[in-house]
Order: sequence, then C-alpha cells, then structure tokens
Amino acid sequence: MKNLVLRANNVNKYFYEPEKFQVLKNITFDVEKGEFVAIIGKSGCGKSTLLYLLSTMDTDYEGSIEIAGEAVTQKTKNELANFRNQHIGFIFQFHYLLPEFSALQNVMIPALKLGKYSRKEIEERAYQKLRLLDMQDHALKMSSKLSGGQQQRVAIARALINDPTIIMGDEPTGNLDKQNTQRVFDVLRDISGQFKQSIVAVTHDSDFANSCDRIIEMSDGEIIKM
Amino acid sequence: MKTTIEIAKTHLFAKKKQTLVASLGVTFGIAMFIVMIGFMTGINRVLENTALANSPHIRIYNEIKSQRKAILQEVFPQSLVIVHHQKPKNEKPKLKNGFVIIEKIKEMKEVWGVSAQLATQVFYSYGETQVNGNLAGVNILDEDKLFSIKDKLIAGDLESLIAANNGILMGSGLAKKLNIHIGDKITLLAPNGTNSLVKIVGIFKTGIGAIDNIKCYANIATVQRILQKDSHYLTEIYIRLKDANQARFLVKELKSRFGYEVEDWEKANETLLASSIIRNIMTYVVSVTLLVVAGFGIYNIINMTVYDKMKDIAILKAIGFDGANITEVFMYQAVFIGIMGGLAGLSLGFTLSFILSRTPFTAGEVLGIKFFPVNFDPRFYIFGLVFGVLTTCLAGYFPARKASKIDPVAILRG
Repeated sequence: MKNLVLRANNVNKYFYEPEKFQVLKNITFDVEKGEFVAIIGKSGCGKSTLLYLLSTMDTDYEGSIEIAGEAVTQKTKNELANFRNQHIGFIFQFHYLLPEFSALQNVMIPALKLGKYSRKEIEERAYQKLRLLDMQDHALKMSSKLSGGQQQRVAIARALINDPTIIMGDEPTGNLDKQNTQRVFDVLRDISGQFKQSIVAVTHDSDFANSCDRIIEMSDGEIIKM
Repeated sequence: MKTTIEIAKTHLFAKKKQTLVASLGVTFGIAMFIVMIGFMTGINRVLENTALANSPHIRIYNEIKSQRKAILQEVFPQSLVIVHHQKPKNEKPKLKNGFVIIEKIKEMKEVWGVSAQLATQVFYSYGETQVNGNLAGVNILDEDKLFSIKDKLIAGDLESLIAANNGILMGSGLAKKLNIHIGDKITLLAPNGTNSLVKIVGIFKTGIGAIDNIKCYANIATVQRILQKDSHYLTEIYIRLKDANQARFLVKELKSRFGYEVEDWEKANETLLASSIIRNIMTYVVSVTLLVVAGFGIYNIINMTVYDKMKDIAILKAIGFDGANITEVFMYQAVFIGIMGGLAGLSLGFTLSFILSRTPFTAGEVLGIKFFPVNFDPRFYIFGLVFGVLTTCLAGYFPARKASKIDPVAILRG
C-alpha cells in the first residue's frame, strides 16, 4: 500500500466571470509521502488554479480533495485555516514576507499561531530552519531589508516551521536568478529526500521540473501527462 | 503574548505618526467632552444650589380664586344662570389652622424643618424715598433652620430681632438703595393703609439680587400687628425636606390632607431647571458629535491600514490565521488607539478643567462665585473613557471585518 498524502478526485472548477468557463476538467491524481512533484503547463492552463484548490484557500470547486488522510472538501473556512497552519507550507513566487517583522519573527509566526511549543522552543526551531537555508546570520534583520533571494529562503524556512505534511510552491524560483534558483531547489530536494515531506510546485522552469521525481503536465484544464 | 496582539502592536509601532494622529482625534474629543460637561454641570449646580438654598422644597399657600360659583346657582341649581364679569370676593389668603398644620407637618419623617410665613407687599419709606418690597413675618429661628439666615447676616444678629418689638432684618440691596444703616428707623406702608415705624436690627445678603433688593424679615407678630390681623394669621408654610428629591412625591399627599395649594421647588424653579436641561442636552450633543468625528478619523485610518496590509492579510490567512484572528489584529489596533487616546483625553480634559476652575469670573450680584464653576464628577470621566473606547471599537470593527473577508487567493495570484 502506497503512503498517500494528497489525493485529488475528479476535481472540476468553473470561472463565472465574464462568462461560465471550465478551468479544470476531471483532475485526478495522488502524491505520495516524500514525493517531489512539479506541475507544468502553458500560462492559463489552470495549473495555478489547481494549486490554490489543493492549498485549501480556494473552496469553490466540484469533486473531492484529501490531504494527510483528511477530506478537506467539507471543512469550514475556519477549520481550513487551522488545517493549513498545521499541514501545509507555502512558498509564493513573490516571497511575501511580512515587511515590518524581522526574518526570525516571520519564521516564528505560524508556529506561534499553532501554539504547540513554547516561545523559546519555537525560537530555537526557527533558527534551526534558517540554518538549513543558510540564513541564520540575517535572522534579526527586517525582512524588507533582505534581497529577493534571501527573502525567498526565509519564506521557505517559514513554510517548514510547523513540519507540514506537504509543501506547496507557486513558481518558487520564478523570480530568482540562476544561483539562487539552484540553492532553493537543493533545499527543497533535501526536504523531500531527508525529511520525507512532499512537495508540489507549479513551475515554468523546465530544468527545475526535470529534476523532480515526477512531472504533471497540464493543458487546457486537463492533465495530459503524469 | 497572543500572536494577534503582537502583530497589531507591530503594525501600530511601524506607523507611529498615523497612530498618534488617530489617538489625538480621540484625545481632543474626550478632552472637550470632559471640559464642557464639567463646566455646564458646574454652572447648573451653582444655579440650582443658589435657587434651592433660598427657596423652600415645598410651599403651602392659599390661592385666591376669582372664578367661583354664583350664589344664584346655589339657590336655583336646575336653572341656567349667567353672571357676567364676576369680581373677586374679599377672600383672605389666610391658611386656617396654619399653626396646627405646621405641628402635623413637623411630625412627618421626611421633613427637616417647617417655617410659618406671613408675607405681604409693603412700601419702605425713608425720607422722601419710597421703595416697593416684600415683608416676611417669620419665626426667625425656624427660618434660620431652613435657610441659614444667620450665615447671611452682614450686620446685626438674630437675637436682637427676637427681642425687638418692631425690628426688621433688611436685604442688603434694599439697604443700599435707601442708604440705611443698622439702628435706623423707617416707615412701612402696608396694603391696608397703615403706617408703622420699624427699626433696622440687621442686614442680610443672600447673593441673589431678586431677594436682597426687595425682602425684609420681621417677627410674625410684628407683621400681624402691621396688617391688623389676629395672632393665628399666616399665609404660607415653607417646608424643607431631608431629601429635596422627595418633594414632588409629597405634594399630592399634602394637598389632599390639608386642602391648600402645594408647590414643590422643581415647579417653582421650572425655568431654571428647563435651562439646565437644555444646557445638558447641548453639552451631550456637542460632545457626542466630537467623539463621532474622532470615530470617523479612526475608521479612516484603520481602513487605510487594511488596504495597506492586503498582502499581509493574505499571507496571514495562507499560513493559517482564520477570519476571526484577522479581525482581532485590527480590533486590537482600534482598541489601543481608543484607550491611549482616551486616557490622554481624560488627563487633558482634567488639566483644562482645572485651569478653568482657577480662572477668575464674577457673575455680579446675581451669583456669589469668584471662579468659573467646574464639576469634577468622576462619573463623567468614566463615561468619557467608556464612550471613547466604544466609538473606536465601532469605528475599527467595520474595516476589521472587511479585512477578515479578504480572499487571499485573489491577492496572492496578483
């Protein structure tokens, strides 16, 4: 029996503006524990839309999604917020740190929200995650003072802080130069390999995709290859 | 500390100037409220106290009615009788059994003191001048218990009035007008045409022009003699209660028990109380307006912060904060602004009130005050703070709720 962490079953989604349009058609796929999956496809093929459905932030769809053995489709928005806090880590294309907080604080906030550990432990864990990304020396800098690549590494540390079951990335390297891209990729690779956390990343970068365990290719709202 | 509080704090301190401006709105609103309400109620209290100190809580008197049944009507009750232009009967304003009534009233537990009055209009004649005024025949010790006449005497004493056969205590304004000093003798002209010579044994000053310029006190027996009445003759009974607020409840009882007209101080001072109420309404309207304006200021600033922080809100939602948490973040900011601004407002309001209460102000002869009267009732301070914080909560709630409804996907996808 395979150890599944994510299962999408017959997912359909429509946009209603300006007119009814089906963005996702009968999407069905699984992600195993520790698997590193890239979703690729041309702009507008629905890959980002799919990622936001999987992320539980977008709840307007048909079909069912299961994450870490729990059906998320029926949950309320508040339940989903707590669920995300615990099980899902996010990496966005435009780093999206909270600008008024230090790098360390940014990493700590999801853990403080979860409240599983004491403040002191959380701080230790945050340093540990930052060290993983070689950002420990910048921990006390304001996040708005960091460079793009540095911010993205802090964002990854933040995604890791609660040891989520699955990490989702929307073009995690889309905005980075060659050197930083390689660095981020190596870290993600380590996470899935060593810590057995699954990763689903939407990407345009074919080098990035080719280095993943599996590629899901989409076109016009359908999976054409996986 | 809760994470939401920490985020709210960071937002506030990241924009110190904005936070300060928002707080200042509340500060000025509440400070003005404190100053205005303290000043207005201070004035009201002075006016009420002056009026109350010199008027009885309840007055019993006999009203002369010109409308009465024609005697023809009594003889022919069945027939239609019309009497044109009736003239008032020669009815005396006397309270029959007045002294018996007084004894009965004295037994009531709500009563602090009772004073019999025999009031009449007189002309004070001194040399060539004649001045119109009132003469009140009283038992001066009873009257003193009601209105502390002793404290208001600027010359003479009560004992010499009791001892004197034809003595009077004169109002200071009247004495000044007639240029009279203690020991002088003047002539009184009563409505029944009698002339009597009386001696000034004391001069009093209440601080109210309407009294000091026309009133004199004499022993009740003296006035009875001037008016050529018997020793049971009295026209009014003044009552002072232990609690002035009981007056209006006692009016009915006294009326039905003794059958005379009864008036309480609130009715007697209706105009004064009406103007008090109007001042209070004005104060509250202006103050509430100020606070509401401050509220709009806060609404605007929190609203701007929400727009500013759209991205942050989306991130917070993505990493697991639910709608209620987001509302909290912004509500804490509003509450902080409200409490800081409110407390600053209270101290500013207190300072301004204090300065005002030390500002010299004389209201002439009418009121005996030297400074602006200010009321420092702590209830106003509590009310100001509570209302200020409520306004800010309300002002913060709408933008905060809007923030909680932001769809993170729309923002994160750009």
